[in-house]
Amino acid sequence: MTLAAPSLRVVLDQRQGPAFEADRKTSLLRTLLDAGYIVSCNGEEGELAPLDASQLLVLREGTAAEDQEAESTEGQIPVTFRGVRKLDADAVLGLVRELQGSTAEPGDWKPWFPVIDYDRCTNCMQCLSFCLFGVYDVDEDKTIDVAQPEKCKTNCPACSRVCPEVAILFPKYKNGPINGDEVQAQDVQREKMKTDISSLLGGDIYSMLRERHARANTRFSKERDEERALKERRRCLVKLQQELDIPEEVLAQLPSAEQILEKASRHSSPRDGSS
Amino acid sequence: MSCSGSRILYCNCTYARVVAQETKAAVLDGLAQSGVAFDAVPDLCELAARRDPALERLAAGDSPLEIVACYPRAVRWLFHAAGAPLPEDGVTIHNMRTEAPETTLATVLGSETEPTQPETSS
Repeated sequence: MTLAAPSLRVVLDQRQGPAFEADRKTSLLRTLLDAGYIVSCNGEEGELAPLDASQLLVLREGTAAEDQEAESTEGQIPVTFRGVRKLDADAVLGLVRELQGSTAEPGDWKPWFPVIDYDRCTNCMQCLSFCLFGVYDVDEDKTIDVAQPEKCKTNCPACSRVCPEVAILFPKYKNGPINGDEVQAQDVQREKMKTDISSLLGGDIYSMLRERHARANTRFSKERDEERALKERRRCLVKLQQELDIPEEVLAQLPSAEQILEKASRHSSPRDGSS
Repeated sequence: MSCSGSRILYCNCTYARVVAQETKAAVLDGLAQSGVAFDAVPDLCELAARRDPALERLAAGDSPLEIVACYPRAVRWLFHAAGAPLPEDGVTIHNMRTEAPETTLATVLGSETEPTQPETSS
């Protein structure tokens, strides 16, 4: 999937005509926010709304004479005015969706992805090595980066659990410090006591996979036992699932051995894991 | 603007249930009924993921910014991830996951309401 482009910001305008009644304003806010729209409420005085690159849809609780359509611009930003005096919250939402036109519906993706606390991150690249879904990459400065957040698997916090510095957050996770709560000394100690998966596998998961693949090419030609290999893989996955809080559906979406090896070949040059 | 001249940003955390529904409702009701100007966003995480220009605007403003969302460490690094890092000074982050709505509203709106819990801010 691709993330929806920003499109429309709704303004509840109090500056002209009668103000929105408090309960109605709350109802409109809830409905629009639940549908994924940004809403700016202005005061009775002051500017229409602070501007950014988003198109503005200004809703007013005008009298009948003011319930008219109008278009204008604020600088380079297109502004559309609509009177909504006779419309309930659902009808207002329908109006907003209609005016948004053909752009993608907001809120069709649960925003679950890792956020890096660079005050703690040491650029060790364990997360890059660990994640098999291509969420992480390095930027032009060779710094770890969440390059493709939309590829993250919803409710899977596993990369944060292999981070030795507790530097990876998932703001929607249930527990601290992964949810962004302050990191305590015992949290760091607990992470350091965990099995270092990278070390366990010889320092680099992808090097290990390449070597294992090479060994398998010779060994399996002599003693191929796919059933045993599958059983071993299942056992390892169950253990990983329990230790790292990985949802079942994420395990079901793991890339195939061929995809993993293809990724390994793309990471063929040794990486400097220190910062 | 709030009573104290700050800008206010409210995050509705629409796509998760990590903030109690009644807390979000109470804070949103309080802001709406106060008559102050404020920005309400459906979900800061989503905006950060798609680098919405609203985050850059909010981070770059001159006046103090009161953010009503979740853990300050998460909020700060979400803005950073969006390419709109928050300034070191002038930003207060209120955590609806731990803070009572009356406390948040009292601070943000500058009302006379007595806080019931210590404030969580960056």
